Amino acid sequence: MTIELTNITKNFGAFAALDGVDLKIADGELLALLGPSGSGKTTLLRIIAGLDWPDGGDVSFDGENALKRGAGERQVGFVFQHYALFRHMTVFENVAFGLRVKPRAIRKDEASIRARVKELLDLVQLDWLADRYPGQLSGGQRQRIALARALATEPRILLLDEPFGALDAKVRKELRRWLRSLHEEINVTSVFVTHDQEEALEVANRVVVMDKGKIEQVGTPGEVYDYPATAFVHGFIGESVVLPVNVAEGRVWIGDQPLNITAPNVGGPSKLYVRRHDMQVGSESIGLRGAVRHVRSFGAIQRADIAVCAGGNETLIEIDTPRDHALRTGETVELHPRRFRIFAD
Amino acid sequence: MRGSGVVTAGSGRRNTLPGFGLTMGLTLTWLSVIILIPLAGLFLKTFELSFAEFANIVTSRRTLNALKISFGLAFGAALVNLVMGSIVVWALVRYRFPGRRIFDAIVDIPFALPTAVAGIALTSLFAQKGWLGAPLAELGIKVAFTPLGIFIAMIFIGIPFVVRTVQPVLIDLDPEIEEAAASLGANRWQTIWRVILPSLIPALLTGFALAFARAVGEYGSVIFIAGNLPNVSEIAPLLIVIRLSEFRYADATAIAVVMLIVAFLIILVVNRLQYWAQTRIPVH
Ligand SMILES: Nc1ncnc2c1ncn2[C@@H]1O[C@H](COP(=O)(O)OP(=O)(O)OP(=O)(O)O)[C@@H](O)[C@H]1O
Ligand SMILES: [Mg+2]
Repeated sequence: MTIELTNITKNFGAFAALDGVDLKIADGELLALLGPSGSGKTTLLRIIAGLDWPDGGDVSFDGENALKRGAGERQVGFVFQHYALFRHMTVFENVAFGLRVKPRAIRKDEASIRARVKELLDLVQLDWLADRYPGQLSGGQRQRIALARALATEPRILLLDEPFGALDAKVRKELRRWLRSLHEEINVTSVFVTHDQEEALEVANRVVVMDKGKIEQVGTPGEVYDYPATAFVHGFIGESVVLPVNVAEGRVWIGDQPLNITAPNVGGPSKLYVRRHDMQVGSESIGLRGAVRHVRSFGAIQRADIAVCAGGNETLIEIDTPRDHALRTGETVELHPRRFRIFAD
Repeated sequence: MRGSGVVTAGSGRRNTLPGFGLTMGLTLTWLSVIILIPLAGLFLKTFELSFAEFANIVTSRRTLNALKISFGLAFGAALVNLVMGSIVVWALVRYRFPGRRIFDAIVDIPFALPTAVAGIALTSLFAQKGWLGAPLAELGIKVAFTPLGIFIAMIFIGIPFVVRTVQPVLIDLDPEIEEAAASLGANRWQTIWRVILPSLIPALLTGFALAFARAVGEYGSVIFIAGNLPNVSEIAPLLIVIRLSEFRYADATAIAVVMLIVAFLIILVVNRLQYWAQTRIPVH
């Protein structure tokens, strides 16, 4: 099932939660929606599921308008961040719910329902919990039951809202890997929301980075990490060092010091973005230097706070360098970005 | 989520919640002074009667009828309140309509109104020439001074108990539960019946028990509208008052003891039901 979103807008009062979102999701994809809190991820997911309606724009599934159908008719499985399990039903009945509420004409008989639920509980590896109530499960178990419940009716699309948000780091890692292999097994078009970049980069085929109700970039995990399209994406994904610069006629200035690098497509006040591990300390000079303020060493690297003079102001940056070249507090070092990006302000 | 903050005595393990001894002592003392000692007095008073006399009083036709009227009508009224109260709660919580706050406040009136005032108001409303009594009389339905009048008074005083116990639970119900049901293909009716209602059962049972208990014990508002005909429209509390005014104290307490025991048994059953419903839904 492909999903196509065209120019989706959604306002809450005067506040634009979604502001012209365009997105195409291919069949069988595992897509991550990544963005800071309040960026509109949940809102977008709810609109796809039919739990909310956009103020403008179109949603289509396989080229067919989905907006004229309600949540129950979209064949979308939704996994809520806080699971939303039915507390008065056993795990078994929770998973069976979607099968039991079908119109009588297409409802399966009791034996088939039981077989299907058993199959799903096996899939999430929790068949031994069938008779428990949700209140008697751990967070990770609830999450998997919520997933089994959503999958019971064979949805054509699976939507997961921060599926691992409430779990501790170790369980998250386990479930992450598990979700990936599950997706490989059932291969249903899936979108999951997260604000954990590591999770998005590790699990998804493609990542959508959102900010303030807009899509900033869509790409594979490698693309968004290595070629961030905007300053926001560079800052949001991975660790960045940011320096204020000025670009005039292709030349880059930091304060009144020209740098021996070029920035062809930008002009005026800008920001220089460098990955923390791409900032090298060494002999090569591009005109960027700073004073070492503080050094901490752990493992193979040393992390240093370096004060860079930019015009009248000092900017304190944090970089990671190998330990073979020991830095001393107080010394002035040449800085050389192996790779960098410049974005106009 | 699993530890529900309940501390059991004598579990042999030091619990982390301090003050168990103190609060338990206070609770027992307080309940004894306020409830148990007066009740014990009631029982002691009946011992002035021989068992045969006691049996005679409580199995007399008039007593049995009064008890039947009190408990039967109270049970019926509590059932009506359970159904109608749920609908009222639903409307008050789930819909926004003009005057909602006023309706919400009106629910409390039976709580606040002196019961005699309520009784007189209901009586004049349902009397043969009253606003409601007159049209009903045309249909051949007589309310005032009949068991039907008692029934209506009991509904009147019971409604806030159901509404006020269920309302906060419905407000707190996670909307995502309903969205989950909808997204799994349940229609509105299935969602209410299979998801919302079961979540409200403990609260509904509490509301029912409170409305029932109140209706059984109600005196003030009922006696005005009841007509108070022995064996037909005479409630047990009234019979007790009558016996008291005849200085037949032992008779009065005998009836009271029976009321007490029956009421206690019914509430016990409701409590068990509630416990059963609640353990099926472990609290967060
Ligand atoms: N029902 C609502 N009424 C008013 N404002 C809302 C409503 N739902 C969402 N918003 C606002 O819309 C914005 C986007 O919300 P959304 O829940 O989509 O964010 P999110 O990206 O999922 O954030 P998080 O990562 O914190 O879950 C937020 O600023 C939020 O306050
Ligand atoms: Mg969210």
